[in-house]
Amino acid sequence: MEATFYIAGGIAVISTALMLTRLNLVHALLYLIVSLLAVSVVFFTLGAPFVAALEAIVYAGAIMVLFLFVVMMLNLGRHAAETERQWLTPGIWTGPVILAGILIVEVVYLARGASAGLGTGATGPKAVGIALFGPYMIGVELASMLLLAGLVGAYHLGLRKTEKPEIQHDTATDEGRAAIGGELVLAGTDRSARTT
Amino acid sequence: MLNAAGLAFVVAGSRWQQADAQVMFVFILAMAAAEVAVGLALVVQIYHRFKSLDVDAISEMRG
Repeated sequence: MEATFYIAGGIAVISTALMLTRLNLVHALLYLIVSLLAVSVVFFTLGAPFVAALEAIVYAGAIMVLFLFVVMMLNLGRHAAETERQWLTPGIWTGPVILAGILIVEVVYLARGASAGLGTGATGPKAVGIALFGPYMIGVELASMLLLAGLVGAYHLGLRKTEKPEIQHDTATDEGRAAIGGELVLAGTDRSARTT
Repeated sequence: MLNAAGLAFVVAGSRWQQADAQVMFVFILAMAAAEVAVGLALVVQIYHRFKSLDVDAISEMRG
């Protein structure tokens, strides 16, 4: 049981180190996904099966997929056709497949009857749920408000604005700044409104 | 980094057999998701505005 912990920890460290040294962005993201899955196995061996599932589903399955969406959508840095040809080579899969294969062997071994939690017992989803609905209810409400703020912010930031004439501020150009003469408050207004 | 902090929390919770650590990890996960959404929206905006993601190329501050 402890061997799975050390193996999964080693895979997490190795894949993170590989991620940091990749030149290709998609390769780095794939290694980061492997690292997150390795941490999920570590959580399982520590007796936290609920967060193990959460890590795999939310972190590796949603957040990293968001990253991959943006990378693929923006086609960062290179021409589209050349990028596709480079991405679709079978060689890019060898590293993540080997590491993920070791993780699969571990998960099968753990699922076949090894008890979760290094002999000290597991805190399952029921205990987490009781804690979330009991003492930490305020945190749940705050997290939902944070997610709402993130949703609205991401929507607003992702809007593609249509072409509108840009309103030039008086401080944007040197001529404008000279014309103002330092009167930032009255910039753009009728100068005769000054009383001093 | 957030994942590492969450790992530290879960390890501590496993040590003392409490579910509070997993609750903290759930909150960290929600925060990371919101941060990634907003951050990636910013990245997309920068790309559409400056046509590159080179930080030196998009620096407009003087001095």
